[in-house]
Amino acid sequence: MALERVFADEPAFVPYVAAGDPTYEESLEYVEALERGGADVIELGLPFSEPIAEGSTIQEAVVRSLEGGMTPDRYFEFVEELDVEVPLVCMTYYNLIAQYTHPETGETGPRAFAQRADEVGIEGFVVVDLPAEEAGPLRAACDEFGQDLVFIIAPTTKGERLERMQENVSGYVYVQARLGVTGARDDVSDQTEESLARVDDWDVPKAVGFGIKTGEHAERIVSAGADGIIVGSALVDIVAEGAESDRSVAETAERLESKARELKGGALAGGELAAAERSD
Amino acid sequence: MSTDKMFGEYGGQFVPESLMPAIEELTDAYERYVLDNEDGFMDEFRRRLADFGGRPLPLQRADALSDRYDTEVYLKREDLLHGGAHKLNNALGQVLLAKYMGKERIVAETGAGQHGTATAMAAAHLDMPCEVYMGETDIRRQRPNVFRMKINGAEITPVTTGRGTLKEAISETMRDWATTVETTHYVIGSVVGPAPFPRMVRDFQSVISEEAREQVREKAGRLPDSVLACAGGGSNTMGTFHHFVGDDEVGLYAVEAGGSSLSVDEEEGVAPNSASLSTGEEGVLHGARTKLLQDSHGQIMESHSVSAGLDYAGVGPELAHLVDQDRVDAVNVDDDTALEAFHRLSQDEGVIPALETAHAFGYLEQHHEELGDLVVVNVSGRGDKDLETVLEETEKRDLDVAPDMSVLRDAAGGGGM
Repeated sequence: MALERVFADEPAFVPYVAAGDPTYEESLEYVEALERGGADVIELGLPFSEPIAEGSTIQEAVVRSLEGGMTPDRYFEFVEELDVEVPLVCMTYYNLIAQYTHPETGETGPRAFAQRADEVGIEGFVVVDLPAEEAGPLRAACDEFGQDLVFIIAPTTKGERLERMQENVSGYVYVQARLGVTGARDDVSDQTEESLARVDDWDVPKAVGFGIKTGEHAERIVSAGADGIIVGSALVDIVAEGAESDRSVAETAERLESKARELKGGALAGGELAAAERSD
Repeated sequence: MSTDKMFGEYGGQFVPESLMPAIEELTDAYERYVLDNEDGFMDEFRRRLADFGGRPLPLQRADALSDRYDTEVYLKREDLLHGGAHKLNNALGQVLLAKYMGKERIVAETGAGQHGTATAMAAAHLDMPCEVYMGETDIRRQRPNVFRMKINGAEITPVTTGRGTLKEAISETMRDWATTVETTHYVIGSVVGPAPFPRMVRDFQSVISEEAREQVREKAGRLPDSVLACAGGGSNTMGTFHHFVGDDEVGLYAVEAGGSSLSVDEEEGVAPNSASLSTGEEGVLHGARTKLLQDSHGQIMESHSVSAGLDYAGVGPELAHLVDQDRVDAVNVDDDTALEAFHRLSQDEGVIPALETAHAFGYLEQHHEELGDLVVVNVSGRGDKDLETVLEETEKRDLDVAPDMSVLRDAAGGGGM
């Protein structure tokens, strides 16, 4: 569906940040900086109080955002206010979707959430605690509003589960590079190639995330066959450092833009390597 | 299969993808070993519950309470289980199951420390390495159990996020499990979490009601009019109720922690109670759809109870379902009532109950006239772990029933301690 287009021409760079981190106003600047740095899709986190799949970096970002008053409706306002052209994906946990009440229709639940998201221009969802088995109602809502539902393939996902997810996924598949929770790492997991091989015949783009920190990581992952890279913690670390050291918003935005450029550049270099290998 | 994951509209498997294969593996193991007794698993479990755990446990007539309320009151003495709480039933079952599954390591979370203690004991007994996550707040208020876990060889990892209680410890344990899932089993401490945990934990705990039902018929010649159990996550409650659920004439009362008030402060994200059955709304937390203390946006509230063991924002999905079906009455008492009941049971019956359990006795005190002529109350655990909390909380209040503790203060002040 719609999001596949951004992977069509070149390896995509998909950054994640939590909306409202560390404050609503600063966060607007940071998301826009990521686009300037070369983001092709932005996964924009809607913070949930119990982020069980996140490591400490994103967990702390969630706390900062919630303490600043972030709510689902505030999040949708945030998206409306953002001045970016690239597609946005809402990354969150299911309870916020299940509890959401549309401010105008009064409807509650996944359909109401998808409708409101559609109204502000969100094109897809990653719902961290929603496996394919439980995704029926949200999948139906996504179909109604023309949105993508992205699933995460873990290194442990095998057999029938892979088939079930293949049937339900759209936009792109999020290939989790390693077991565990989110967080920047200093090396690239050997599990990446194995994980990519398992979704090789899927007809959606494959974006790899979890642990990617540098342009070099990005290059290695794309040269291993990924169609894109997803990077969260390495960017959220920059936001956190900015907040802790009283750096100016402009300077943090500049650092984010520069990091984004490094990661996108790595992805492009990886794409060239992969193309060269194919032509050999 | 999908109906097996649900209790009406509650239950399910809402977890990160990395955990789904482990949950499928666990479901398979649960069906084979627990439901079908493959390789004699259940025989070994029951043998160990008897030899290591000390089962069966007595159903004791509470003479003083029976006189006080003019009602036959029986106590199911889970406090006499090895480790001092009902928690060992489940911990032993799950650690043994992990062994049968070929897992190499155990992780667990704990609030009051009773589940952590039971898991540490079971892991030591079955020679498995064990790591227990515990909120910093709970480590402070449950020191005796922290000692016991350490002494049994468990590693204790403090959790500093949020308010540092059970909710945060569960999230942290899920993070560990997501990283180590191929070799590690997560011993969930209550009838919560993704399927098959709520059903499996209930099965391990249902030995309580299996015994109690038989014993009350032997001793009183009939089934009780009412069965009372305190409810946090709900493992004690479901274990105590399970074999009575089909007996329509038996009233089942799940007594929650009303804390200091049933109201909530949505602005602050705080509920000064842990009464998710009585006041919660349907939502999804820690792997299951159930009743939760949450704000209007779906963010989970910080809960409160004087009893760390009840201090959780959710409750087991089966219990939520039974309440919706009007099969179980969800009731609650406040901190003060629980403390009074703690002192009363200690003085009148010589049984020092856990603060969790004291909630059930608080409800008995207030509502005995509505509960019929024959009442069974589950003494879910013993109160040794709570003595420091009880001392501190009693001093803040003017409780008629509380003993004069000045001898302790005098001894401390006089340098004699």
